Amino acid sequence: MIMPSAESLSSRHLIGIEGLSPAEIGLLLDLSDRYVDFNRSANKKGDALRGRTIINVFFENSTRTRTSFELAGKRLGADVINISPEVSSVRKGETLLDTALTLDAMHADLLVVRHPESGAVGLISQKVRCSVVNGGDGAHEHPTQALLDALAIRRRKGKLSGLIVAICGDILHSRVARSNMILLRTMGAEVRLVAPRTLLPAEVERYGVTVHSNLSEGLKDADIVMMLRLQQERMRGSFVPSTTEYFRFFGLDSQKLAMAKPDALIMHPGPMNRGVEIDSDVADDINRSLIQEQVEMGVAVRMACLDLLTRDLTGNEGPAE
Amino acid sequence: MKRMFFQNARVLDPASNLDVVGGLLVENGKIADLGPNLRDPPPDAEVLDCKGLCLSPGLVDIRVHLCEPGEEHKETIDGLSASAAKGGITTLVGLPNTEPPIDDAAVVEFVARRAREVRGVKIFVYGAATKGFDGKRLTEMGLLKEAGARAFTDGNIAIADAMMMRRVLSYASGFDALVIQHPEEPTLTASAVATEGEFATRLGLSAAPAAAEVMMVERDIRLVEMTGARYHAAHISTAAAVDKIAEAKSRGLNVSADTAPAYFALNETEILQYRTFSKLSPPLRSEDDRRSIVEALKAGTIDVIASDHWPQDQESKRLPFAQANPGAVGVETLLPVCLELVHKGEIELLTLLGKLTINPAKLLGLSGGSLKKGGPADIVVFDIDRPFKVDSDKLNSKSKNSAFDGRPVQGMVMVTMVDGRIVYDGRITE
Repeated sequence: MIMPSAESLSSRHLIGIEGLSPAEIGLLLDLSDRYVDFNRSANKKGDALRGRTIINVFFENSTRTRTSFELAGKRLGADVINISPEVSSVRKGETLLDTALTLDAMHADLLVVRHPESGAVGLISQKVRCSVVNGGDGAHEHPTQALLDALAIRRRKGKLSGLIVAICGDILHSRVARSNMILLRTMGAEVRLVAPRTLLPAEVERYGVTVHSNLSEGLKDADIVMMLRLQQERMRGSFVPSTTEYFRFFGLDSQKLAMAKPDALIMHPGPMNRGVEIDSDVADDINRSLIQEQVEMGVAVRMACLDLLTRDLTGNEGPAE
Repeated sequence: MKRMFFQNARVLDPASNLDVVGGLLVENGKIADLGPNLRDPPPDAEVLDCKGLCLSPGLVDIRVHLCEPGEEHKETIDGLSASAAKGGITTLVGLPNTEPPIDDAAVVEFVARRAREVRGVKIFVYGAATKGFDGKRLTEMGLLKEAGARAFTDGNIAIADAMMMRRVLSYASGFDALVIQHPEEPTLTASAVATEGEFATRLGLSAAPAAAEVMMVERDIRLVEMTGARYHAAHISTAAAVDKIAEAKSRGLNVSADTAPAYFALNETEILQYRTFSKLSPPLRSEDDRRSIVEALKAGTIDVIASDHWPQDQESKRLPFAQANPGAVGVETLLPVCLELVHKGEIELLTLLGKLTINPAKLLGLSGGSLKKGGPADIVVFDIDRPFKVDSDKLNSKSKNSAFDGRPVQGMVMVTMVDGRIVYDGRITE
């Protein structure tokens, strides 16, 4: 597919993959490619964001994503601060916005926000002058994860269009699945979901994906097998009977993987539950597993996002409304 | 194994709508041949002259309380098998309410092993839908199904919580597994021992409205619509529930239902002397409801008749009505009580037999239930006209709690065969 080229993003926020054009996704991935090379060089210090202030506001625990954003900002020369507001005190919408407005008033240029409630990051973006990047909101979106996944796939397979991607596991609670479905469908990949029916949201077929209850069937001829974590901390009540049964029917092992294409690659957004959704033999197979590469791509993708989003910012003058 | 030839039988096969006088040849545990042209026995075969008696597929009874493991003082697998064989049953499916419950693959395997040892009728089980029937935690349906569980149910406990029932249906549908509900709104039936109405009032018994049944059925149908699951309502006993099931079927939902003989052969007047053998779950209903169950069987809304066999020892029944355990034994009276509908001209013989053979077999994916070449030789020979009085003391079952004791019936099982083995022989030596 020939993409019309884009030179910048149409919004100063990145709240979701939803709304991004194929050209914008292409632009982000192309720039990310350059940052992959940059990160592999000895001198990893740039100055594209010199003088900028980035605040990582994580209302939900994270090591991987927060570190990745922090490294991305620092490698571009920005000043980066991390704050983790007490989760219990910000459940009320007002306090959430107060926190955001306070940071905005300190002339932050960009906020990276993760929040356990869907829509919370979008809500902040409507009230502040700075740019806002969604680091994951509830079960809504996790756009930089989908971009880094796309980058990892594109670098190995040379394309996204026409690939068969199976996304397996806890779709219901997953923002990663939602962002990935949108991105992959936007870029012309075929997407299959494989999950116990209790972990599939209603009418998920409307994303243009097919749904399977049998892992071997869903993996047939797949190019990419994307495993998701069973998010037991988000489950109220019984969605699956046991991790034993889950692994038996929905866990990826070499036998089920044999249904996929011989050169199929395995992905996982982390953190992994070995023996629950993925067998260690498969997760650690250096010829098949993209899991470590995903982490590397994460920094590059976040650098590209920060870079593009702050390019046209003139600075945040005067107090916020 | 030697060949066996059933000669001069009225061969009845609901699956193929066959009702002819003819023969049937059994070879290596399978049906080798059958039909009206099969008159003379092959030279080497043992001949069983049926003298015009009915020969049909063995009955498939899909609702039986096993009692073993856990309540062997009420019934054992041996006793159950002997009792079922005498009733013309060749395959039965046990509920998971044993002790320990069948919510773990190991218990499925235990029952399968016991059935193999006994080598009588074929015995399968259901798996529990929730662990320990707690209505909160899903069971390992995938593993249970692999071990042999035929469907999922919490036995005589309704899966009450709507969210949980939704998850049970939804999770089961991923494994293409059937969910069987005991349809009863438990907050209405909590302490009830009878159906609400004049009789219960006069007896001073705590009672629940008959509508408790349709309330659960109606809710479940909405959840079935939401999840696309396969749903079966057990022992349907009220007109209102029948209507809802008929409506769901007409909308193309994957819904089926069974009833037990008590609900078309008895009504609530049975409990007038505080007769605890007539204390059932669900409780006996009004005459209008009983009548509607007969009509639903005719109309095909109710697909299956199952015995709902539930042995109770004397200690569990010789009690004040409210304190007695519910349930009645039923495998040995299943066929004659069902045949009353035929003798009264309510229903065609083949239609009735269909509800006892091919329909339940199809519902649960069981191999018997029909007479076809190459199929298992699971067969019952019965004398449709022979009258007798139900005598609970003569039942093979360890427990004698029949709700039909003393009832004059017509239709006696003569021979029951499972995989070519005769497991019951009631022919009088002349």
